Amino acid sequence: MKIITLAGPPSVGKTAIIAHAIRVLLAAGRKPAAVKFDTRSPVDAERLKRDFGIPTISGLSGYLCPDHYFVSNMEEAMDWGAHQEADVLFVETAGLCLRCAPHIEGIPAVTVVDCLGGFDVPTKMGPMLSCADLIVVTKGDLVSQAEREVFIHSLPRNAPRAEVLPVNGLTGTGVRAVLRWLDRQPEGANAASARLRHDMPASICSYCTGERRIGRVYQTGNVEKLDWKAAP
Amino acid sequence: MSLASISILAGQGRDGGVEVVRRIDLVPGDTLAVVGPTGSGKSVLLSDIEQLAEGDTPSGRRILLNGRAPERSPLGLVATLSQRTNFVIDTNVATFVATHAACLDKPGEDWPNIVLGLANRLCGEPIRHDDPLQGLSGGQTRALMIADIALISDAPVILLDELENAGIDKHAAIAALADRGKIILTATHDPVLVLMSRRRVVMRGGAMVHLHERDAAETLWQERLRGLDEIFRNARETLRGGERLTLGGIL
Ligand SMILES: Nc1nc2c(ncn2[C@@H]2O[C@H](COP(=O)(O)OP(=O)(O)OP(=O)(O)O)[C@@H](O)[C@H]2O)c(=O)[nH]1
Ligand SMILES: Nc1ncnc2c1ncn2[C@@H]1O[C@H](COP(=O)(O)OP(=O)(O)OP(=O)(O)O)[C@@H](O)[C@H]1O
Ligand SMILES: [Mg+2]
Ligand SMILES: [Mg+2]
Repeated sequence: MKIITLAGPPSVGKTAIIAHAIRVLLAAGRKPAAVKFDTRSPVDAERLKRDFGIPTISGLSGYLCPDHYFVSNMEEAMDWGAHQEADVLFVETAGLCLRCAPHIEGIPAVTVVDCLGGFDVPTKMGPMLSCADLIVVTKGDLVSQAEREVFIHSLPRNAPRAEVLPVNGLTGTGVRAVLRWLDRQPEGANAASARLRHDMPASICSYCTGERRIGRVYQTGNVEKLDWKAAP
Repeated sequence: MSLASISILAGQGRDGGVEVVRRIDLVPGDTLAVVGPTGSGKSVLLSDIEQLAEGDTPSGRRILLNGRAPERSPLGLVATLSQRTNFVIDTNVATFVATHAACLDKPGEDWPNIVLGLANRLCGEPIRHDDPLQGLSGGQTRALMIADIALISDAPVILLDELENAGIDKHAAIAALADRGKIILTATHDPVLVLMSRRRVVMRGGAMVHLHERDAAETLWQERLRGLDEIFRNARETLRGGERLTLGGIL
């Protein structure tokens, strides 16, 4: 079973890419399945099940950090995919926080970005881009050729191994290049011993356990303060 | 990348029947029009080229580069432009053009002047260096995009999908691109654009059914239609500018 993790900011087109890929794979007689980790809404997985009748499952992190929730469930997700006898397992993450990257050693890692966010988005994104094996750039249909070229140029150079592929999430143009890329990737690693490519943020303060009052006196645990004394 | 030729190898139409046109070869400077009714498969043909189909798209076509199946999709092979594309970033024209040139390692020249020189030959209303990109009209936007693709972009293949009423001198635009040794494919319903290309492929039911070469009669038509197009554009500019049309302009 090939496993592939897809991360990226909200609404960049992750599910759209997965849907086009599934369409192509089904036409070729393959058996794809999909897992979506999200904070509250199961619509992505439901949509894939409805449109393609493939096995899907969604994990909703609720009040937990969606990235922690994702990594806590990855081994089971891979077992589930194997149990479905899938030959390709898409794992879409919520990707809300740009502090970390939900990518795992030995598992093909895709980060999706769109052209609409401006040229400094790539530098703002950090590990999610630098840990990726493949960066998919969407929504190129909405901007000029020049903006596409400048945007692709601005993708971080500290990811020398990352390939960059443009995909149109509306028409699916480019998704075959993604699947050709996937064909060249190794089969999924053994989750029990696999490691995250980047550490996850510490989050063990009072707000992690449901505190809502914002005053200093209510803050306990791992609380970090900006250096307010040095502020002008 | 250096591209000596790109070839389209036939697949099948929507009904699964093999395509009549078996192969089209294009070399730098070539233009190919893609014509056919709505839904006949023009955009799909362009998309096959954009993603270098390997028999793995619905049409089953294959695209060869320099006579061979490419090992990987080379980034930056094709530039695309359609009626729907817009600028989204918030900056002025000169800064934007200079940024694009710098990204592609093309320092030294006065790129904003060079690009605006061409853009302003393509459209009626002059574009200025400090105009905000977002403030450009549809015609100015299209003219700037074409000038930028012609002069700065390294992409050797240009795909134009429905440039129809762009409000620009289409003839000068295509000529500027072809002069730079680009390979140009235009999917269009516009007879002026169709006849600008020496060859045209006719689409029907998803398949390439004819490959026509412009003949002597069509070359006359082309000149005639181009003249009409110019009259039309001039009238539009005159009326839009609040002027009156005069008899002298039409007799
Ligand atoms: N024009 C255009 N729209 C796109 C493209 N890719 C995706 N979209 C649209 O963007 C919207 C969001 O796409 P999704 O696939 O749901 O994005 P996502 O990354 O899965 O979003 P979340 O899972 O909610 O974070 C949809 O309306 C898509 O149709 C593209 O390349 N071009
Ligand atoms: N060779 C083919 N095999 C299977 N399906 C095809 C093929 N060519 C086109 N189609 C399908 O036909 C539909 C219409 O094609 P397309 O959008 O390319 O038409 P078009 O000529 O660009 O139309 P318009 O003039 O309206 O833009 C699409 O949904 C596409 O998937
Ligand atoms: Mg999604
Ligand atoms: Mg079309």
